[in-house]
Amino acid sequence: MSDKSNPYDAPDTGHVWDESLRELTNQPPKWWMLGFHVSWILVLAYGLIYPMWPMVNTHTKGMTGWTSIKEYKEDLQAIEAKRAKYEDQLPGKSAAAILADDELSNYVVRSAKVLFGDNCAACHGTGGQGNPGFPVLADDDWLFGGSIDKIEESIINGRNGMMPAHGNQLSDTEANELADAVAAGNPSSTPLFQQKGCFACHGMEGTGNPMLGAPDLTDSIWRFAAKDQRESIKYTIVHGVNDPQDPQTRPAEMPKFGGTKLNDTDIKKLAVYVHKLGGGQ
Amino acid sequence: MSDTADSQQKHADELYAEEGVWHVNVDAGTVFAKRIPGKYRTIKWFTMSTWLIFFLGPYLRWGDRQAVLLDIPARQFHIFDITILPQDVWLLSLTLLFFAILLAVVTSIAGRVFCGYFCFQTVWTDIFTLIEEKIEGNPSKRRKLKDAPLDAHKLRLRATKYFFWLIISMLTGISFAAWFTDAYELWQSYLTLSASSVAWIVLGLFTAGTFILAGFMREQVCFWLCPYARIQGVMYDRETILPTYDFNRGEPRGKLKKGETEAGNGDCIDCHQCVAVCPTGIDIRDGQQEGCITCSLCLDACDAVMDKIGKPHGLIRYASLDEIEGHPTKPFWKRARPLVYLSIMVIAAAGILYGLTHLGSMELKVIHERSPLFVQLSDGSIQNRFDIKILNKQDKQIRVWLTAEGPEGLELIGADEPLDVDSGKLRSHIVYIKVPRQNLLQSRTPLTFVVSNVNDPKDVVRYEGAFFSPRRQ
Repeated sequence: MSDKSNPYDAPDTGHVWDESLRELTNQPPKWWMLGFHVSWILVLAYGLIYPMWPMVNTHTKGMTGWTSIKEYKEDLQAIEAKRAKYEDQLPGKSAAAILADDELSNYVVRSAKVLFGDNCAACHGTGGQGNPGFPVLADDDWLFGGSIDKIEESIINGRNGMMPAHGNQLSDTEANELADAVAAGNPSSTPLFQQKGCFACHGMEGTGNPMLGAPDLTDSIWRFAAKDQRESIKYTIVHGVNDPQDPQTRPAEMPKFGGTKLNDTDIKKLAVYVHKLGGGQ
Repeated sequence: MSDTADSQQKHADELYAEEGVWHVNVDAGTVFAKRIPGKYRTIKWFTMSTWLIFFLGPYLRWGDRQAVLLDIPARQFHIFDITILPQDVWLLSLTLLFFAILLAVVTSIAGRVFCGYFCFQTVWTDIFTLIEEKIEGNPSKRRKLKDAPLDAHKLRLRATKYFFWLIISMLTGISFAAWFTDAYELWQSYLTLSASSVAWIVLGLFTAGTFILAGFMREQVCFWLCPYARIQGVMYDRETILPTYDFNRGEPRGKLKKGETEAGNGDCIDCHQCVAVCPTGIDIRDGQQEGCITCSLCLDACDAVMDKIGKPHGLIRYASLDEIEGHPTKPFWKRARPLVYLSIMVIAAAGILYGLTHLGSMELKVIHERSPLFVQLSDGSIQNRFDIKILNKQDKQIRVWLTAEGPEGLELIGADEPLDVDSGKLRSHIVYIKVPRQNLLQSRTPLTFVVSNVNDPKDVVRYEGAFFSPRRQ
């Protein structure tokens, strides 16, 4: 007995609503049932193979013992195995020897970018381009020397150069005269340079002294670069750098990275990296 | 006369005797196509034999390596003398364009020539059914065997058939893999069971794929799976020549009586031979349809019947709809569509030819340091840092000089010695360029890097870049 509302003669549950709405017990489509069975079988299989069910203190481990952290560690090991070719050579070599080796220094330049970003870029900029008050590392002007050994030394021990404040020894006119001479690139043109003892650190001609971290005053690079360079120079003369006596003194401290902060190999890498930024000597 | 008529009727009666059988082929069941010789069958053998290149190609040697080797892990394609690196992969897109348009132009002119004569699905199916016929006999025997209960006889025939199918399937898989790795080493690794997992997976997939697609799915692939079947179908127009049943001449169809067609009837004697030979099991007399792969085996069948009943060939023939309906026809070189396709093909081919002849022996890329763009040095000059990348496309190591041309007083630092670049490798090298401030008139000054082969002064590549400096105040 076929009728239009039940073309395939499905069995009736006997439930009827509103006189004519019947509930038939039609089977779901075959493909749907197939998908359903495949799905729960996959769930069971997943639970057997992989860690899945939480227990009170632990969880099911799965037959393969797979964990994501283990996979991560394996991948890390694979990458370290690739790097080992170079990394294994680094501890036994000095920074200068690494720099001299074309292949090794190339490896360091490519790989130490992260190290530089983590430790140096905050002050010196991502490419060593410096920041206001923080020296540029990509140029060829070095307060404490630009050789690979000196750079390494700066990273290990940090630097803390000092220039006394001269505000109490100079009249405003004198300070202006000195600032003008320094800004012109010829500090020894004024007798004040000798009289006030500037030459003791900056040298007779004002070309600086890397032993003390005293900058070259005759070149085009300014330790405290500013839009109004002359004003900046005058400020430095009056208040000095790192002078504990003057509360307005310019702060200039490179922290110490040796000892507990970075290991020897990382410091060597950074020294080579900085040397290769463009101005190493 | 009556003699001829008698013999013609006899031929026709033989065909009518098996006629009922062929109705099955237009149904949903398995198609058992009859194989008969003929002109198009011969052509099909020739076109099918182009697949021998697929099987034999990998064993060709060129120097000390495989002549055609698609080396994916090393990212190099070797084609005889030519090595193509990823940098030249635009050639591949032109090649794909060329073949896509080739498909379009051929289809526009003469229908699904690819399907009927070249496609691996139809070619492999043809070979598989040939093996089936050799082992299990002609279509009626095979049909009986299919319905027969599984006994020792059927089991033996089936096992033999599957064995040969499997061999061809495996050879297909191995041949495919052999294009991507050294063919001889591949065989060795398969035979010693030491092949890589990738090689086994490729072999497994291709064996299973060939076995199932060509052995069991056959025309179902063309009907239900293949996108090209549909794409090509929409490329037909009224001027495309296709295997067509000439209904003007054939209809009304009627059985041959006493060696003669009945008065008022057309030339079709309703012998169902065209259905019998069709590998996709369609009736071409219903008109052009999606299932027709235009293999033209029905043309062979019909022409053979026409010979027997003394009528001219061509009741089923390659003809355009315009021709059948009596409209004027044009040759393909006067039709717009093939001409447009052909011109695209010519452009693509010219591009490929240009690419292949101008692959170059080196490639140079220069990456300008972004942070900082420039640095002022203590003497007032400006320095830029560049990452130079030199790609050696030759099959031997080269030694090159790096120089730069640009603003006056330019000094290149870090290129005092020539650089060695290994074959097929990219060498990256950092250099600095220093220019006196007064020689920089704008914030961007053109700069050209030149890389020249030490041993071959003509082997030079250049890269146009820029030198950056602060704005002049």
